[in-house]
Amino acid sequence: MNMRQQMVKTLEELMTHDERLVVVLAEISYSYFNTHSTQFSERILNVGIMEQTMVSVAAGLAMEGFIPAVHSITPFLVERPFEQLKDDFCYQQLGGNFISTGASYDYSVEGMTHHGPGDVQILRSLPGMQVVVPGTPGEFDALFREAYANGAPTYYRLSLKSNPVEHGVRFGKLEVVKRGMQATIIAVGPMLSAVLPAVEDMDVTVLYCTTVAPFDGETLRNISQSSNIVLVEPYYEGVLVVDICAAMCHTPIRIEAIGVPHKVLSRYGEPEQHDEEIGLTPRGIRRRIERFLSK
Amino acid sequence: MTSKDITRISRLMMEATGDEKHDASSNSTLDVLWVLYDRVLRYNPGHPMSEERDRFVLSKGHGCVAFYAILADKGFFPTSQLKTFLRYDSILGGHPDRNLVPGVEASTGSLGHGLSMAVGMALALRLKKSDRRVFSLIGDGECNEGSIWEAILLAGNRQLPNLTCIAINNHSSSLELGDLAAKFAAFGWATTTVNGRDHEQIYEALSRTDSTHPTAVVAEIA
Repeated sequence: MNMRQQMVKTLEELMTHDERLVVVLAEISYSYFNTHSTQFSERILNVGIMEQTMVSVAAGLAMEGFIPAVHSITPFLVERPFEQLKDDFCYQQLGGNFISTGASYDYSVEGMTHHGPGDVQILRSLPGMQVVVPGTPGEFDALFREAYANGAPTYYRLSLKSNPVEHGVRFGKLEVVKRGMQATIIAVGPMLSAVLPAVEDMDVTVLYCTTVAPFDGETLRNISQSSNIVLVEPYYEGVLVVDICAAMCHTPIRIEAIGVPHKVLSRYGEPEQHDEEIGLTPRGIRRRIERFLSK
Repeated sequence: MTSKDITRISRLMMEATGDEKHDASSNSTLDVLWVLYDRVLRYNPGHPMSEERDRFVLSKGHGCVAFYAILADKGFFPTSQLKTFLRYDSILGGHPDRNLVPGVEASTGSLGHGLSMAVGMALALRLKKSDRRVFSLIGDGECNEGSIWEAILLAGNRQLPNLTCIAINNHSSSLELGDLAAKFAAFGWATTTVNGRDHEQIYEALSRTDSTHPTAVVAEIA
Protein backbone atom coordinates (compact mmCIF):
# COMPACT_ATOMS: atom_id res chain seq x y z
CA MET A 1 0.00 0.00 0.00
CA ASN A 2 1.38 3.41 -0.95
CA MET A 3 0.72 6.69 0.86
CA ARG A 4 -2.14 7.66 -1.46
CA GLN A 5 -3.93 4.37 -0.85
CA GLN A 6 -3.27 4.75 2.88
CA MET A 7 -4.82 8.22 2.75
CA VAL A 8 -8.06 6.77 1.39
CA LYS A 9 -8.06 4.01 4.02
CA THR A 10 -7.35 6.42 6.87
CA LEU A 11 -9.97 8.95 5.78
CA GLU A 12 -12.65 6.30 5.27
CA GLU A 13 -11.96 4.78 8.68
CA LEU A 14 -12.07 8.16 10.39
CA MET A 15 -15.21 9.25 8.53
CA THR A 16 -17.14 6.27 9.85
CA HIS A 17 -16.96 7.59 13.41
CA ASP A 18 -16.20 11.30 13.02
CA GLU A 19 -19.13 12.98 11.34
CA ARG A 20 -17.24 16.27 11.16
CA LEU A 21 -14.78 14.92 8.61
CA VAL A 22 -15.54 15.82 4.98
CA VAL A 23 -13.40 14.96 1.94
CA VAL A 24 -13.26 17.63 -0.80
CA LEU A 25 -11.84 16.58 -4.18
CA ALA A 26 -11.35 18.06 -7.63
CA GLU A 27 -11.67 14.75 -9.52
CA ILE A 28 -8.19 13.49 -8.54
CA SER A 29 -8.52 10.24 -6.51
CA TYR A 30 -12.35 10.36 -6.51
CA SER A 31 -12.46 6.85 -7.96
CA TYR A 32 -10.28 5.58 -5.09
CA PHE A 33 -13.01 6.26 -2.52
CA ASN A 34 -15.96 4.05 -1.65
CA THR A 35 -18.69 6.36 -2.84
CA HIS A 36 -21.40 3.82 -2.04
CA SER A 37 -20.90 3.78 1.71
CA THR A 38 -24.07 4.82 3.47
CA GLN A 39 -21.97 5.95 6.42
CA PHE A 40 -19.97 8.65 4.67
CA SER A 41 -20.52 8.88 0.91
CA GLU A 42 -22.44 12.14 1.23
CA ARG A 43 -19.33 13.59 2.90
CA ILE A 44 -17.15 12.90 -0.14
CA LEU A 45 -17.59 16.03 -2.25
CA ASN A 46 -16.15 15.99 -5.75
CA VAL A 47 -16.42 19.57 -7.02
CA GLY A 48 -15.00 18.89 -10.47
CA ILE A 49 -11.84 20.37 -11.89
CA MET A 50 -11.89 23.68 -10.02
CA GLU A 51 -9.15 23.76 -7.44
CA GLN A 52 -9.64 27.35 -6.27
CA THR A 53 -13.27 26.69 -5.49
CA MET A 54 -12.34 23.32 -3.98
CA VAL A 55 -10.36 25.14 -1.28
CA SER A 56 -12.93 27.93 -0.76
CA VAL A 57 -15.76 25.39 -0.50
CA ALA A 58 -13.71 23.58 2.13
CA ALA A 59 -13.40 26.87 4.04
CA GLY A 60 -17.18 27.27 3.95
CA LEU A 61 -17.52 23.76 5.35
CA ALA A 62 -14.96 24.54 8.06
CA MET A 63 -16.91 27.66 9.07
CA GLU A 64 -19.89 25.41 9.68
CA GLY A 65 -17.95 23.10 12.00
CA PHE A 66 -16.82 20.43 9.57
CA ILE A 67 -13.19 19.28 9.28
CA PRO A 68 -12.29 19.25 5.60
CA ALA A 69 -9.66 17.00 4.05
CA VAL A 70 -8.82 18.50 0.66
CA HIS A 71 -6.79 16.50 -1.81
CA SER A 72 -5.18 16.78 -5.24
CA ILE A 73 -1.89 16.45 -7.06
CA THR A 74 0.66 18.77 -5.45
CA PRO A 75 0.70 21.81 -7.81
CA PHE A 76 -3.10 21.79 -8.10
CA LEU A 77 -3.54 21.69 -4.34
CA VAL A 78 -0.82 24.17 -3.37
CA GLU A 79 0.12 26.52 -6.16
CA ARG A 80 -3.06 27.03 -8.17
CA PRO A 81 -5.28 27.76 -5.12
CA PHE A 82 -2.50 29.35 -3.06
CA GLU A 83 -4.46 32.54 -2.39
CA GLN A 84 -7.46 30.51 -1.24
CA LEU A 85 -5.21 28.66 1.23
CA LYS A 86 -3.85 32.01 2.44
CA ASP A 87 -7.06 34.06 2.64
CA ASP A 88 -9.73 31.46 3.26
CA PHE A 89 -7.87 29.28 5.77
CA CYS A 90 -4.80 31.00 7.24
CA TYR A 91 -6.15 34.56 7.45
CA GLN A 92 -9.54 33.37 8.65
CA GLN A 93 -7.87 31.02 11.16
CA LEU A 94 -9.81 27.96 10.08
CA GLY A 95 -8.77 24.34 10.54
CA GLY A 96 -8.42 22.10 7.50
CA ASN A 97 -6.28 19.34 6.02
CA PHE A 98 -4.61 19.52 2.62
CA ILE A 99 -3.25 16.20 1.41
CA SER A 100 -1.16 16.13 -1.75
CA THR A 101 -0.04 13.26 -3.90
CA GLY A 102 3.02 13.29 -6.10
CA ALA A 103 5.94 14.88 -4.25
CA SER A 104 8.63 16.83 -6.13
CA TYR A 105 9.18 14.74 -9.31
CA ASP A 106 7.27 11.58 -8.35
CA TYR A 107 5.22 12.04 -11.54
CA SER A 108 8.40 12.43 -13.52
CA VAL A 109 6.97 11.38 -16.87
CA GLU A 110 4.28 14.08 -16.70
CA GLY A 111 6.81 16.89 -16.84
CA MET A 112 7.33 20.14 -14.98
CA THR A 113 3.66 21.22 -14.67
CA HIS A 114 3.03 18.15 -12.52
CA HIS A 115 6.15 18.50 -10.39
CA GLY A 116 5.92 19.99 -6.93
CA PRO A 117 9.34 20.72 -5.41
CA GLY A 118 8.28 24.24 -4.31
CA ASP A 119 5.28 23.25 -2.16
CA VAL A 120 6.86 23.31 1.29
CA GLN A 121 8.81 26.49 0.60
CA ILE A 122 5.75 28.53 -0.32
CA LEU A 123 3.50 26.98 2.32
CA ARG A 124 6.04 27.94 4.99
CA SER A 125 5.30 31.56 4.06
CA LEU A 126 1.73 31.19 5.33
CA PRO A 127 1.24 32.09 8.99
CA GLY A 128 -0.27 29.20 10.92
CA MET A 129 0.14 26.56 8.20
CA GLN A 130 1.41 23.26 9.62
CA VAL A 131 3.46 21.05 7.29
CA VAL A 132 3.76 17.28 7.69
CA VAL A 133 6.07 15.09 5.56
CA PRO A 134 5.53 11.42 6.43
CA GLY A 135 8.07 8.84 5.37
CA THR A 136 5.77 5.82 5.15
CA PRO A 137 2.03 5.15 4.71
CA GLY A 138 1.79 4.08 8.36
CA GLU A 139 3.44 7.30 9.48
CA PHE A 140 0.89 9.30 7.49
CA ASP A 141 -1.87 7.39 9.25
CA ALA A 142 -0.42 8.07 12.71
CA LEU A 143 0.36 11.74 12.05
CA PHE A 144 -3.00 12.46 10.42
CA ARG A 145 -4.94 10.86 13.25
CA GLU A 146 -2.95 12.93 15.75
CA ALA A 147 -3.30 16.29 14.01
CA TYR A 148 -6.32 16.37 11.69
CA ALA A 149 -8.70 17.88 14.22
CA ASN A 150 -6.30 20.29 15.92
CA GLY A 151 -7.94 23.37 14.45
CA ALA A 152 -5.04 24.54 12.29
CA PRO A 153 -4.57 24.35 8.53
CA THR A 154 -2.24 21.42 7.91
CA TYR A 155 -0.51 20.25 4.75
CA TYR A 156 0.38 16.57 4.38
CA ARG A 157 3.00 15.96 1.71
CA LEU A 158 2.45 12.46 0.33
CA SER A 159 5.04 10.81 -1.84
CA LEU A 160 5.15 7.69 -3.95
CA LYS A 161 8.51 7.08 -2.27
CA SER A 162 8.50 5.41 1.09
CA ASN A 163 11.11 4.52 3.70
CA PRO A 164 11.62 0.75 4.22
CA VAL A 165 11.27 1.00 7.99
CA GLU A 166 8.44 2.69 9.84
CA HIS A 167 9.18 4.85 12.86
CA GLY A 168 6.97 5.66 15.83
CA VAL A 169 6.68 9.31 14.86
CA ARG A 170 4.80 12.01 16.76
CA PHE A 171 3.36 15.21 15.34
CA GLY A 172 5.67 18.17 16.01
CA LYS A 173 8.55 16.01 17.23
CA LEU A 174 11.94 15.10 15.81
CA GLU A 175 12.89 11.47 16.35
CA VAL A 176 16.44 10.52 17.28
CA VAL A 177 17.46 7.67 14.97
CA LYS A 178 21.21 7.60 15.61
CA ARG A 179 23.59 9.43 17.94
CA GLY A 180 27.10 10.68 17.16
CA MET A 181 29.53 13.57 17.58
CA GLN A 182 30.84 14.61 14.18
CA ALA A 183 27.69 16.17 12.72
CA THR A 184 23.91 16.31 13.14
CA ILE A 185 21.95 15.19 10.11
CA ILE A 186 18.28 16.15 9.82
CA ALA A 187 16.49 13.86 7.36
CA VAL A 188 13.03 14.97 6.28
CA GLY A 189 10.39 12.32 5.45
CA PRO A 190 11.36 9.92 2.66
CA MET A 191 14.97 11.21 2.64
CA LEU A 192 15.71 9.01 5.66
CA SER A 193 16.05 5.97 3.39
CA ALA A 194 18.89 7.68 1.50
CA VAL A 195 20.50 9.27 4.58
CA LEU A 196 20.85 6.15 6.75
CA PRO A 197 23.00 4.11 4.29
CA ALA A 198 24.97 7.29 3.50
CA VAL A 199 26.09 7.73 7.13
CA GLU A 200 26.04 4.11 8.28
CA ASP A 201 29.69 4.07 9.38
CA MET A 202 29.91 7.71 10.39
CA ASP A 203 29.96 9.12 13.93
CA VAL A 204 26.92 11.37 13.43
CA THR A 205 23.52 12.05 14.94
CA VAL A 206 20.52 11.47 12.68
CA LEU A 207 17.29 13.22 13.51
CA TYR A 208 14.19 12.19 11.59
CA CYS A 209 11.80 15.03 10.81
CA THR A 210 8.19 14.36 9.77
CA THR A 211 6.74 17.67 10.99
CA VAL A 212 8.42 20.56 9.18
CA ALA A 213 6.13 23.19 10.72
CA PRO A 214 6.02 23.64 13.62
CA PHE A 215 9.67 22.59 13.69
CA ASP A 216 10.92 20.86 16.84
CA GLY A 217 13.87 23.16 17.53
CA GLU A 218 13.98 22.09 21.16
CA THR A 219 14.98 18.51 20.38
CA LEU A 220 17.60 19.70 17.91
CA ARG A 221 19.08 22.06 20.51
CA ASN A 222 19.08 19.41 23.24
CA ILE A 223 20.41 16.52 21.17
CA SER A 224 22.92 18.06 18.78
CA GLN A 225 26.52 17.50 19.91
CA SER A 226 28.07 19.18 16.91
CA SER A 227 28.17 22.60 15.30
CA ASN A 228 27.99 20.89 11.90
CA ILE A 229 24.37 20.59 10.78
CA VAL A 230 23.39 18.80 7.58
CA LEU A 231 19.82 19.23 6.38
CA VAL A 232 18.48 16.73 3.83
CA GLU A 233 15.07 17.68 2.40
CA PRO A 234 13.02 16.08 -0.43
CA TYR A 235 11.83 19.46 -1.84
CA TYR A 236 13.64 22.70 -2.76
CA GLU A 237 16.77 22.81 -0.62
CA GLY A 238 17.14 24.90 2.51
CA VAL A 239 13.56 25.43 3.71
CA LEU A 240 14.38 24.56 7.33
CA VAL A 241 17.58 26.63 7.53
CA VAL A 242 15.84 29.56 9.26
CA ASP A 243 14.30 27.24 11.87
CA ILE A 244 17.65 25.55 12.49
CA CYS A 245 19.39 28.92 12.95
CA ALA A 246 16.70 29.99 15.41
CA ALA A 247 17.00 26.74 17.37
CA MET A 248 20.82 26.86 17.50
CA CYS A 249 21.21 30.60 18.12
CA HIS A 250 23.13 29.91 21.34
CA THR A 251 26.14 28.58 19.43
CA PRO A 252 27.98 29.15 16.13
CA ILE A 253 26.98 26.52 13.56
CA ARG A 254 27.72 25.56 9.96
CA ILE A 255 24.89 24.29 7.77
CA GLU A 256 24.92 22.20 4.61
CA ALA A 257 21.49 22.22 2.95
CA ILE A 258 20.85 19.29 0.61
CA GLY A 259 17.66 18.99 -1.39
CA VAL A 260 16.17 19.61 -4.81
CA PRO A 261 18.14 22.43 -6.48
CA HIS A 262 16.18 25.57 -7.23
CA LYS A 263 15.83 25.19 -10.97
CA VAL A 264 13.24 24.14 -13.52
CA LEU A 265 13.05 20.34 -13.72
CA SER A 266 12.41 19.72 -17.39
CA ARG A 267 13.43 16.05 -17.62
CA TYR A 268 11.07 13.04 -17.73
CA GLY A 269 12.05 9.39 -17.13
CA GLU A 270 12.02 7.75 -13.72
CA PRO A 271 12.15 9.58 -10.36
CA GLU A 272 15.33 7.64 -9.59
CA GLN A 273 17.00 9.25 -12.61
CA HIS A 274 16.20 12.67 -11.16
CA ASP A 275 17.58 11.53 -7.79
CA GLU A 276 20.78 10.44 -9.49
CA GLU A 277 21.12 13.65 -11.50
CA ILE A 278 20.75 15.96 -8.49
CA GLY A 279 22.54 13.75 -5.99
CA LEU A 280 19.66 12.75 -3.72
CA THR A 281 21.06 9.21 -3.42
CA PRO A 282 23.05 7.60 -0.57
CA ARG A 283 26.24 8.07 -2.60
CA GLY A 284 25.46 11.69 -3.52
CA ILE A 285 24.50 12.61 0.04
CA ARG A 286 27.62 10.88 1.42
CA ARG A 287 29.80 12.90 -0.97
CA ARG A 288 28.17 16.18 0.10
CA ILE A 289 28.56 15.39 3.81
CA GLU A 290 32.21 14.37 3.45
CA ARG A 291 33.02 17.52 1.47
CA PHE A 292 31.22 19.67 4.04
CA LEU A 293 33.02 18.11 7.00
CA SER A 294 36.41 18.41 5.33
CA LYS A 295 36.08 22.18 4.84
CA MET B 1 -40.56 54.03 5.46
CA THR B 2 -37.62 53.22 3.30
CA SER B 3 -36.29 56.67 2.59
CA LYS B 4 -36.07 57.38 6.34
CA ASP B 5 -34.17 54.15 6.92
CA ILE B 6 -31.82 54.76 4.03
CA THR B 7 -31.21 58.31 5.23
CA ARG B 8 -30.30 56.95 8.67
CA ILE B 9 -27.96 54.31 7.25
CA SER B 10 -26.39 56.91 4.96
CA ARG B 11 -25.74 59.09 7.98
CA LEU B 12 -24.08 56.16 9.75
CA MET B 13 -21.96 55.53 6.67
CA MET B 14 -20.93 59.17 6.77
CA GLU B 15 -19.89 58.77 10.41
CA ALA B 16 -17.52 56.06 9.23
CA THR B 17 -16.10 57.73 6.16
CA GLY B 18 -16.51 61.40 7.05
CA ASP B 19 -17.79 61.90 3.54
CA GLU B 20 -21.36 62.18 2.43
CA LYS B 21 -20.50 60.92 -1.03
CA HIS B 22 -20.14 57.20 -0.50
CA ASP B 23 -17.90 55.17 -2.71
CA ALA B 24 -19.71 53.56 -5.62
CA SER B 25 -19.24 50.08 -4.23
CA SER B 26 -20.93 50.74 -0.90
CA ASN B 27 -23.53 53.01 -2.44
CA SER B 28 -24.60 50.34 -4.91
CA THR B 29 -25.16 47.71 -2.21
CA LEU B 30 -26.99 49.94 0.25
CA ASP B 31 -30.61 49.23 -0.65
CA VAL B 32 -30.17 45.51 -1.22
CA LEU B 33 -28.33 45.04 2.07
CA TRP B 34 -30.90 47.08 3.95
CA VAL B 35 -33.82 45.00 2.65
CA LEU B 36 -31.87 41.81 3.31
CA TYR B 37 -31.11 42.68 6.94
CA ASP B 38 -34.41 44.46 7.65
CA ARG B 39 -36.86 41.98 6.18
CA VAL B 40 -35.32 38.75 4.94
CA LEU B 41 -32.39 37.38 6.97
CA ARG B 42 -33.07 35.56 10.23
CA TYR B 43 -30.51 36.45 12.90
CA ASN B 44 -30.03 37.41 16.52
CA PRO B 45 -27.43 40.16 16.98
CA GLY B 46 -26.97 39.02 20.59
CA HIS B 47 -25.97 35.57 19.30
CA PRO B 48 -24.39 36.30 15.93
CA MET B 49 -23.16 32.71 15.44
CA SER B 50 -26.41 30.97 16.39
CA GLU B 51 -27.08 27.82 14.34
CA GLU B 52 -30.54 29.23 13.66
CA ARG B 53 -29.24 32.20 11.68
CA ASP B 54 -29.25 32.66 7.94
CA ARG B 55 -25.76 33.28 6.57
CA PHE B 56 -24.57 36.24 4.53
CA VAL B 57 -21.19 36.56 2.80
CA LEU B 58 -20.18 39.89 1.29
CA SER B 59 -18.08 38.49 -1.53
CA LYS B 60 -17.16 41.94 -2.81
CA GLY B 61 -15.59 42.91 0.48
CA HIS B 62 -14.64 46.42 -0.65
CA GLY B 63 -18.29 47.43 -0.42
CA CYS B 64 -18.13 47.12 3.35
CA VAL B 65 -19.18 50.56 4.59
CA ALA B 66 -22.92 50.06 3.99
CA PHE B 67 -22.54 46.55 5.49
CA TYR B 68 -20.90 47.92 8.65
CA ALA B 69 -23.51 50.67 9.01
CA ILE B 70 -26.37 48.17 8.71
CA LEU B 71 -24.76 45.68 11.12
CA ALA B 72 -24.32 48.49 13.64
CA ASP B 73 -27.86 49.77 13.09
CA LYS B 74 -29.18 46.26 13.69
CA GLY B 75 -27.24 45.92 16.94
CA PHE B 76 -24.31 43.64 16.09
CA PHE B 77 -21.95 46.25 17.52
CA PRO B 78 -22.35 49.82 18.80
CA THR B 79 -22.81 52.51 16.16
CA SER B 80 -20.09 54.45 17.99
CA GLN B 81 -17.59 51.99 16.51
CA LEU B 82 -18.25 53.35 13.03
CA LYS B 83 -16.16 56.46 13.56
CA THR B 84 -13.11 54.25 14.14
CA PHE B 85 -13.34 52.97 10.53
CA LEU B 86 -9.86 52.29 9.06
CA ARG B 87 -8.00 53.31 12.23
CA TYR B 88 -5.09 51.14 13.32
CA ASP B 89 -6.93 49.57 16.25
CA SER B 90 -10.41 49.49 14.73
CA ILE B 91 -12.38 46.32 14.12
CA LEU B 92 -13.64 47.94 10.91
CA GLY B 93 -11.16 47.79 8.06
CA GLY B 94 -11.39 48.42 4.35
CA HIS B 95 -12.47 44.80 3.98
CA PRO B 96 -14.43 42.83 6.59
CA ASP B 97 -12.69 40.44 9.00
CA ARG B 98 -14.79 37.63 10.49
CA ASN B 99 -12.50 37.40 13.51
CA LEU B 100 -13.00 41.08 14.37
CA VAL B 101 -16.53 42.13 13.38
CA PRO B 102 -19.61 40.50 14.99
CA GLY B 103 -22.00 39.42 12.25
CA VAL B 104 -19.37 39.00 9.56
CA GLU B 105 -19.43 35.36 8.45
CA ALA B 106 -16.39 35.38 6.16
CA SER B 107 -13.35 37.59 5.73
CA THR B 108 -13.29 38.82 2.17
CA GLY B 109 -11.22 41.21 0.13
CA SER B 110 -9.59 39.45 -2.76
CA LEU B 111 -12.41 39.06 -5.26
CA GLY B 112 -13.86 35.72 -6.27
CA HIS B 113 -13.57 33.94 -2.91
CA GLY B 114 -16.81 34.74 -1.09
CA LEU B 115 -19.31 33.06 -3.38
CA SER B 116 -17.29 29.83 -3.33
CA MET B 117 -17.17 29.92 0.47
CA ALA B 118 -20.94 30.50 0.48
CA VAL B 119 -21.35 27.39 -1.71
CA GLY B 120 -19.35 25.48 0.93
CA MET B 121 -21.64 26.83 3.65
CA ALA B 122 -24.74 25.84 1.67
CA LEU B 123 -23.35 22.33 1.19
CA ALA B 124 -22.57 22.22 4.92
CA LEU B 125 -26.12 23.25 5.86
CA ARG B 126 -27.47 20.55 3.57
CA LEU B 127 -25.27 17.99 5.35
CA LYS B 128 -26.58 19.29 8.69
CA LYS B 129 -30.14 19.03 7.37
CA SER B 130 -30.64 22.68 8.28
CA ASP B 131 -33.31 24.74 6.55
CA ARG B 132 -31.36 28.00 6.95
CA ARG B 133 -30.41 30.01 3.87
CA VAL B 134 -27.08 31.31 2.60
CA PHE B 135 -26.81 34.63 0.75
CA SER B 136 -23.78 35.99 -1.00
CA LEU B 137 -23.39 39.36 -2.66
CA ILE B 138 -21.06 39.73 -5.64
CA GLY B 139 -20.39 42.64 -7.99
CA ASP B 140 -20.44 42.73 -11.76
CA GLY B 141 -16.75 43.62 -11.81
CA GLU B 142 -16.09 40.61 -9.60
CA CYS B 143 -17.76 38.49 -12.29
CA ASN B 144 -14.53 38.87 -14.29
CA GLU B 145 -12.94 36.42 -11.85
CA GLY B 146 -12.85 32.83 -13.10
CA SER B 147 -13.53 31.46 -9.62
CA ILE B 148 -16.96 33.17 -9.63
CA TRP B 149 -17.94 31.04 -12.61
CA GLU B 150 -16.50 27.95 -10.93
CA ALA B 151 -18.82 28.62 -8.00
CA ILE B 152 -21.81 29.35 -10.23
CA LEU B 153 -21.20 26.13 -12.17
CA LEU B 154 -20.82 24.08 -8.99
CA ALA B 155 -23.88 25.50 -7.19
CA GLY B 156 -26.04 24.95 -10.27
CA ASN B 157 -24.73 21.43 -10.64
CA ARG B 158 -25.25 20.61 -6.95
CA GLN B 159 -28.77 22.06 -6.99
CA LEU B 160 -28.56 24.17 -3.86
CA PRO B 161 -31.94 25.82 -3.29
CA ASN B 162 -30.67 27.16 0.04
CA LEU B 163 -28.21 29.47 -1.77
CA THR B 164 -29.02 32.92 -3.12
CA CYS B 165 -26.47 34.99 -4.99
CA ILE B 166 -27.14 38.70 -5.30
CA ALA B 167 -25.24 40.18 -8.24
CA ILE B 168 -25.04 43.96 -7.98
CA ASN B 169 -24.79 45.23 -11.54
CA ASN B 170 -23.60 48.81 -11.32
CA HIS B 171 -21.81 48.42 -14.64
CA SER B 172 -18.35 48.75 -13.13
CA SER B 173 -16.90 45.94 -15.21
CA SER B 174 -14.66 47.11 -18.03
CA LEU B 175 -15.70 44.03 -19.93
CA GLU B 176 -19.25 44.00 -21.25
CA LEU B 177 -20.99 41.18 -19.37
CA GLY B 178 -24.17 41.06 -21.44
CA ASP B 179 -27.24 39.51 -19.84
CA LEU B 180 -26.06 38.37 -16.40
CA ALA B 181 -29.35 36.71 -15.49
CA ALA B 182 -29.25 34.63 -18.68
CA LYS B 183 -25.72 33.55 -17.84
CA PHE B 184 -26.78 32.35 -14.37
CA ALA B 185 -29.78 30.59 -15.93
CA ALA B 186 -27.51 28.80 -18.38
CA PHE B 187 -25.59 27.42 -15.36
CA GLY B 188 -28.78 26.04 -13.81
CA TRP B 189 -29.92 28.87 -11.53
CA ALA B 190 -33.38 30.34 -11.02
CA THR B 191 -32.93 34.01 -11.86
CA THR B 192 -34.64 37.35 -11.33
CA THR B 193 -33.58 40.82 -12.34
CA VAL B 194 -34.68 43.71 -10.13
CA ASN B 195 -34.19 47.43 -9.81
CA GLY B 196 -31.50 47.60 -7.13
CA ARG B 197 -33.15 50.69 -5.60
CA ASP B 198 -36.70 49.32 -5.46
CA HIS B 199 -37.19 47.81 -2.02
CA GLU B 200 -40.38 45.91 -2.85
CA GLN B 201 -38.83 44.32 -5.90
CA ILE B 202 -35.74 43.41 -3.89
CA TYR B 203 -37.81 41.98 -1.06
CA GLU B 204 -39.96 39.95 -3.42
CA ALA B 205 -36.90 38.48 -5.16
CA LEU B 206 -34.94 37.73 -1.98
CA SER B 207 -37.93 36.10 -0.29
CA ARG B 208 -38.45 33.63 -3.09
CA THR B 209 -36.62 30.33 -3.36
CA ASP B 210 -36.74 27.64 -5.99
CA SER B 211 -37.48 24.07 -4.95
CA THR B 212 -34.35 22.65 -6.58
CA HIS B 213 -32.13 25.39 -8.01
CA PRO B 214 -30.03 28.10 -6.40
CA THR B 215 -31.41 31.60 -6.90
CA ALA B 216 -29.63 34.52 -8.55
CA VAL B 217 -30.96 38.04 -8.06
CA VAL B 218 -29.39 40.53 -10.45
CA ALA B 219 -29.82 43.97 -8.92
CA GLU B 220 -29.50 46.65 -11.58
CA ILE B 221 -28.06 49.94 -10.41
CA ALA B 222 -28.42 52.73 -12.95
